[in-house]
Amino acid sequence: MGRNFEVEHNFPGKLIIVEGIDGSGKSTQLRLLHGWLKSLNHRVFFTEWNSSALVNDAIKRGKKKNLLTPTTFSILHATDFADRLAHLIIPPLKAGSIVLADRYVYTAFSRDVVRGVNREWVRDLYGFAVKPNLSLYFKVPIDVSLKRILAGRIKLKFYEAGMDLEMNEDPKESFRLFQSQILEEYEKIAAEYKLKVIDAEEPIKKQQERIRGLVTLMLKDYRPEPML
Amino acid sequence: MKTTRAFNGISLPRVDMSDLTGKLIVIEGTDGVGRTSQIKELKEWLEVNGHAVMVTGLARSPLIGSVIKQAKDGHSLNVNTFSLLYLADFADCLEHEIIPALKAGYIVLADRYMYTAFARSIVRGADEEWIRKCYGFALAPEAVFYLKIRIKELVPRVVNSENLAEGYWIRNTDEVMDYWESGMDMKLGEDFYGSFVAYQKKIIAQFDIMAKEFGFRTIDASKDFKSVQQKLKEEISLVLGDVN
Repeated sequence: MGRNFEVEHNFPGKLIIVEGIDGSGKSTQLRLLHGWLKSLNHRVFFTEWNSSALVNDAIKRGKKKNLLTPTTFSILHATDFADRLAHLIIPPLKAGSIVLADRYVYTAFSRDVVRGVNREWVRDLYGFAVKPNLSLYFKVPIDVSLKRILAGRIKLKFYEAGMDLEMNEDPKESFRLFQSQILEEYEKIAAEYKLKVIDAEEPIKKQQERIRGLVTLMLKDYRPEPML
Repeated sequence: MKTTRAFNGISLPRVDMSDLTGKLIVIEGTDGVGRTSQIKELKEWLEVNGHAVMVTGLARSPLIGSVIKQAKDGHSLNVNTFSLLYLADFADCLEHEIIPALKAGYIVLADRYMYTAFARSIVRGADEEWIRKCYGFALAPEAVFYLKIRIKELVPRVVNSENLAEGYWIRNTDEVMDYWESGMDMKLGEDFYGSFVAYQKKIIAQFDIMAKEFGFRTIDASKDFKSVQQKLKEEISLVLGDVN
């Protein structure tokens, strides 16, 4: 098997994914897109990164005890993704629905590589992933994202702030360094996989208009017939 | 000689791989072939000869133990999820048990290694190239001993009255072996017996293929326990170069 996510899939449904660092506004944009697609009477299915029941316990337990290494962290997230792909993403794609994913394999590619995991290995690990029909990358400068994140939150979680990397003892500073490195990786990934770049500093409405334009174009050949 | 090579050249982040002065010796072979009891005796023998020995195996990591149990209890696993769960367990064991023991100069006896994981994943339909790449960070063992047995010799050993009675009366089930080890999830046969035989045939075939690919040292496990033990001791003495 090569890397499936580099080859077009044959399911009747369509997969739209959003990527970007925390505070890039991607979830807001996806929610707006979701509402719009539903208003057009499309069957839409929404899924998030790291939400399956199967591995959540192990990830939570490992995080609490700081037992996770970059490698096990990476594999457990891939396991979780494999489970969600099989149960939540592929079935609606086969049924001809539009699947919206808040974060996809590129999240793992950026985070795990920043944690020191081998770049090629993590891509191979996710070799079974389905290629999205549209990948949107929300590009935002680090300071803008930090302002958005820190405005609404008092405390940063250990792994979220990249504290396991021991770059800085101050969670805020650690978070800034961690997110900056993730941003750098995202830039490389966006070029490597030709993600559509959305300027996340633009007004929300303007971004949404651009996204709807891209989605309309992508749905041109869409026939919502289930695979039988 | 030091065991420092990764299987496929993928390095583990934040793991110091220098000075792995110990030796990693793997005993592979299908379920019920007698690996575990052989290893128990090998450990005693090596310790008598002055070696520090650690025994390790598969699916023992506290990290994923409960996940595997949960999955067995009903959550259906597809082959990729199944493969990755075992990979997480393997990585955890490698980083937290095997590498520290090798650094401390131990002889690590592995009761199964990545090869069992390859066989189990491939018979369930995983892509061969994919699964091998996933294990790209695994340490190459000093030696792999393959306890080889034919299906017609294996079946009477595993499906004997003692095992069946224990399974029936104590575990309240007629499965004499672990659910996944017996391949019950694959539903290959009408009953436990049929599933076990069909599954083991496939697993053994995979081991035979890998024996060539990875250069296993094959040991005829259809012989009695003592002969197999003797052969293992001879071969391990050669590998270590210092055991009488």
